[in-house]
Amino acid sequence: MIGATIIIFGASRLLGDPTVLFLPEEGYGLDVAELEKARQRLHLDKPVPLQYAYWVGDILRGNLGQDLADRHPISTKLRQKLPPTLQLAVGAYILATLIGIPLGVLSAVKRGTLWDFGGRTFALLGQALPIFWVGILGILIFAVWLEWLPAGTMGEGFSPRHYILPTLTLAWFPAAGYLRLMRSAMLDVLDSEYVKLARAKGVNSNAVIWKHAFKNASIAPLTFSGLLLAGFITGSVSIEVVFGWPGIARLAVEAVQTNNLTTLSVITLMFTLIYVVTSFIVDIVYGFIDPRIRYS
Amino acid sequence: MASGLRTEFAEIGSGSRLSAFFGAFRRWPIVSIAIIATLALVAVFAPALAPQSPIKSNLRDRNAPPFWYTEWYEENPKAARVYVLGADPIGRDLLSRLIHGARISMMVALVALVSGTVIGTALGLIAGYAGGAADEIITRVVDIWLGLPFILLALIVAVTIGSGILTMMGLLAATAWSPFVRNVRAEVLTLRELDYVALARVGGASPTRILARHILPGVFNTVLVIATLRIGQLILTESFLSFLGAGIPPPTPTWGAMVADGREYLRDAWWVSVFAGIAIGLTVLALNFLGDWMRDTFDPRLRQV
Repeated sequence: MIGATIIIFGASRLLGDPTVLFLPEEGYGLDVAELEKARQRLHLDKPVPLQYAYWVGDILRGNLGQDLADRHPISTKLRQKLPPTLQLAVGAYILATLIGIPLGVLSAVKRGTLWDFGGRTFALLGQALPIFWVGILGILIFAVWLEWLPAGTMGEGFSPRHYILPTLTLAWFPAAGYLRLMRSAMLDVLDSEYVKLARAKGVNSNAVIWKHAFKNASIAPLTFSGLLLAGFITGSVSIEVVFGWPGIARLAVEAVQTNNLTTLSVITLMFTLIYVVTSFIVDIVYGFIDPRIRYS
Repeated sequence: MASGLRTEFAEIGSGSRLSAFFGAFRRWPIVSIAIIATLALVAVFAPALAPQSPIKSNLRDRNAPPFWYTEWYEENPKAARVYVLGADPIGRDLLSRLIHGARISMMVALVALVSGTVIGTALGLIAGYAGGAADEIITRVVDIWLGLPFILLALIVAVTIGSGILTMMGLLAATAWSPFVRNVRAEVLTLRELDYVALARVGGASPTRILARHILPGVFNTVLVIATLRIGQLILTESFLSFLGAGIPPPTPTWGAMVADGREYLRDAWWVSVFAGIAIGLTVLALNFLGDWMRDTFDPRLRQV
């Protein structure tokens, strides 16, 4: 918990310096007097630690600043772009859980069979293939060659079909991670004494798997959520660029092309915040599920 | 964890033919090693192996298809040559670009990995052995570092410093070091309590000597395993940043940028994006396989990495 606040502080510090430091170098074709004025407005004439204080102060007061290129407030931009990103991420997360966990259990229970082989291949590929390329391949196969699905842009005539490819692509990597963790956790638990005892007592096999083994094995994938979230950020950037998705991650990439540091750093800060809050929630849930952690 | 592993290996001998097949792969990952060795050779001898210059473009042959599209070559007898894997949107030979791209990827990833490994291991040794404030600070920094969205941070750096090979190496090194710190530290915490380390201390060895002579060899396996597991990720990250245009700038051939080159031409020239992606996927797959195998063989405790 203390760590969380330190992380936010550290993160904003790391972001604060480059943001403010490198702003004036671009200039955007202003003449010197105007530049000086702009610098005063943005507090760039002050020393770096003070600039940092201004930046953090503004954000704490809910003032995220203006977009450097078109002077629109960043907060309205974020409000527009956040829903598409969240829709995609939440959809992919649910899908990843629905695919990864059951397949992991299946893979462990039917160890050494075709199911296991398929599951592991799915997982290995999911962790090795670059997401942006998988997205492009998806467009190539399903949109260009088979013409089953739209190529992705959410423009006019938007329908649920637009979600299918991006969500599936985004879900693959986390699903692969879930599968691998679930599989190894299940293998451990299935090998334990109490599962053997339950088996020996004649408890039916399904009950052993779901009631005795699954409950304990499902703790391991929970710890994975941190990694998962980091993967989601990378994933969202890939997917939104490849599919032309009008979300936050694409806003960030566009900000790179226009050297728009204010927008970029606010987005980075926001993702950091999301990460910290989520890991905090996971920690609590974790303690709730596994009492051993609460006492240690 | 270890017990699950044992059953996994026990089952390999028996079981179906399929699991025996999988087992053979796991026990001695010949295919992975073959792929990686081939790649290394290709990377080293890239200029000699590439049939064409990776940068020279031939605008008349833009998006020329791979050699098996014989109709195209019959219709276009003026094509400068047969492009084995086709040409990209400005008429550069894809095969040559792939071969040179292997060189760039390998070089960048290796430099980043080595620097990340050295820094991470050193910090891990210090944190684990010194304890106290140094340990506290180093662990905190790692925690904070892991909480940051690295890709976005890399984009910021690409804007402020500008993209280039050196920036890319630095960025990748910055992602590489943190797992070394954590695992080496944990390892050192157990090693330093062992009798032989205590004896060395009693014998009057300096902390530097103890770390270098007595503890470093003990963490070597861990470091090797993490390095192998990590390098695939580095190659993926490099290709991703290059794909976004924040990596190594053109015309240097990089696999990620090649995938990006073909994005607009999927309908007419699928080969531009597809082959580069296969190269990335195959490389990372081979490295991950090797890493998994090394972990299971040398250091099964590292399952979470």
